[in-house]
Amino acid sequence: MRRAEIITALILGLFSLYFMWKSGEPPSWNPDVGRFNNIGFDDSGTPGGGFWPFWLGMIMFGCCLWIGVNWFLKKSPASKSTEPFLDEFGKKNLFAVSFGLLSFLILIHVIGFYGAILVFLIYYIRFVGRHSWSATLGISLAIPILGFFFFDVAMRIVLPKGYSEPLFIPLYDLFL
Amino acid sequence: MEIVSALFDGIYVALEPVNLGLAIIGVVVGLFVGAMPGLGSVNGVAILLPFTFVIQNFTGGATSPMIFLAAVYYGAMYGGAISSIALGIPGASTAVATTFDGRPLALKGKAHVALMTAAIASFVGATVANILFTGFAPVLASVALNFGNPEIFALMLLAFATFAGLGGDDFPKTIFSICFGLALSAVGFDIISGEPRLIFFDIQGFSHGIRFLVLAIGIYGIGEMLWTINASKNKTTMTSVEINFQSMTAALLRFKEALKGTTIGSFLGFFIGILPAAGATPASLMGYGITKMASRNPEQFGKGALDGVAAPEAANNSASTGAMLPMMTLGIPGSPTTAVLLAGMVIWGLDPGPLLFSEQPDFVWPLIGSFYVSNLVALIVNLAFIPIFLWMLRMPFTILSPIIFVLSLVGTYAAYMNMFDVWLMVLVGFGGFFMRMLDYPVAPAVLAIVLGPIAEPALRQTLMQYETFTIFFTRPIAAPITIAAIILILLPGLKFLLKKINK
Repeated sequence: MRRAEIITALILGLFSLYFMWKSGEPPSWNPDVGRFNNIGFDDSGTPGGGFWPFWLGMIMFGCCLWIGVNWFLKKSPASKSTEPFLDEFGKKNLFAVSFGLLSFLILIHVIGFYGAILVFLIYYIRFVGRHSWSATLGISLAIPILGFFFFDVAMRIVLPKGYSEPLFIPLYDLFL
Repeated sequence: MEIVSALFDGIYVALEPVNLGLAIIGVVVGLFVGAMPGLGSVNGVAILLPFTFVIQNFTGGATSPMIFLAAVYYGAMYGGAISSIALGIPGASTAVATTFDGRPLALKGKAHVALMTAAIASFVGATVANILFTGFAPVLASVALNFGNPEIFALMLLAFATFAGLGGDDFPKTIFSICFGLALSAVGFDIISGEPRLIFFDIQGFSHGIRFLVLAIGIYGIGEMLWTINASKNKTTMTSVEINFQSMTAALLRFKEALKGTTIGSFLGFFIGILPAAGATPASLMGYGITKMASRNPEQFGKGALDGVAAPEAANNSASTGAMLPMMTLGIPGSPTTAVLLAGMVIWGLDPGPLLFSEQPDFVWPLIGSFYVSNLVALIVNLAFIPIFLWMLRMPFTILSPIIFVLSLVGTYAAYMNMFDVWLMVLVGFGGFFMRMLDYPVAPAVLAIVLGPIAEPALRQTLMQYETFTIFFTRPIAAPITIAAIILILLPGLKFLLKKINK
């Protein structure tokens, strides 16, 4: 946990610096303006577009330094902890969920939302949760069907169908 | 006396069978739309707006269509709390603050208490707002108009100051979270100069900004679920509630523990609701923060305090009525939903503005009467549906959690029709999980994202107009708010110094 605390502070500190750098970016249509020209007031007393985010980034960076000092002095609970950041269950579980969600997201682009929901629910309920096939199939089929009637038919929010689009055309003819 | 008589006439019209039927249908539809992650009152009202033309053809006036939409609005405001408490995913941005304490209560097996508290607090908040609306509409509209940019920024500063108390003991992490939320809200186009800014790694998806619901659903739908799975080792059956007359009566009696939050939320929510560009989401978040500050047991917040459920629910319902006030009296909508309602009023042939009350009393008073009726209908429907909401919680966690993941993804897509936001939401969820594991308070970040788009233009326009920071200390309304905010920000430091001196 102690190592995770300082690594996170480091990553967030770097993000804060990147944020400050991006805040000072000149407008793309005017390359003559120098970087960081927009973080203060212009001649007419108007604060530039980078004013607000730059100084926020500065405070964020200051906070990361403060967190680092607290870590060094072992003042925060995480910096004192000798517990691992993730135990064996945590690692296994994080992998199972990450794999499932990543596959879900990719499948949306291929077979659309409803197909991806079906596959994801079968994976999670049957293989992660180890429930019976009847429960798995019952829930995995019911949710996309209810989803279609709620979103596509009732709310007129058409979810992406990917390559499964032709399968839905008869349903559109019937319900829309 | 004239007002009371007009109000009773209005309630009488709102109770006519057609109008009452429309109010009941509107509330039920709104309840389900509000409970669905990603969809809020604005979606419900916008989607159902075309149906009101059919209603207008049938009834022949603008009153019934408006009663229907107002009922959808009320139903959706009540509904947002359901998924916040039962599933841990905010149904709408207005219900994010309800998740902070509603979810821990559900995990402790007190979901019925949380749902009942949310329903009653919503009812009280909306009733207080209705009374204030009825009695003081023109006066309050003029007070709200006196709030210029310095006052609005001072109010935001006060809200950020209360956020500092929302985190744990780790002050730098809390401040980091606030600034992180504010920084993320600045991504996209600079609304003053029109320049694109902070387009990370030149990915064009960032040009429309990082939307609030993407972050809220990511943090609470994905991040919190990952955290709960990790903490509970997948063994959590969310709650085992016995639903019977005794348990429901006991839950009802516990409402007295939520009186302070309900009172603060009701009055604060109404006032925030009146302010242009504020609305129910900032109201609920500020209601939560101020109730925590005023509480004798602030350490209980985030762990299942009833005041923490009541305050945001009372505030968001109160604010939703408050937001109608500038819409009806000045023709200025106070929230996105009221903007759609305003469009509806114009389409139905009305002219919202200062003359509406005097020229269209046959429309105004039945509408105000319908606020009271819809509010009561929403309470009854909500209480009647509690057993169904609790049924969701009895599912094994390994079934409930994938359903929540699915709802989070579908809800995010439904809100913005954009796959970039869905990917970003999942990424934010994992980030939220790691931050939660290391005790970075996520609530202040979520709150800051809401207020960022209001605070930044208010500050910059103030500086453009007055060219000095001292303006915040010289204007009669802005000065006391700014000073109170600074004292609150310095409070942890002062406490630390006092401790040192005492030692």
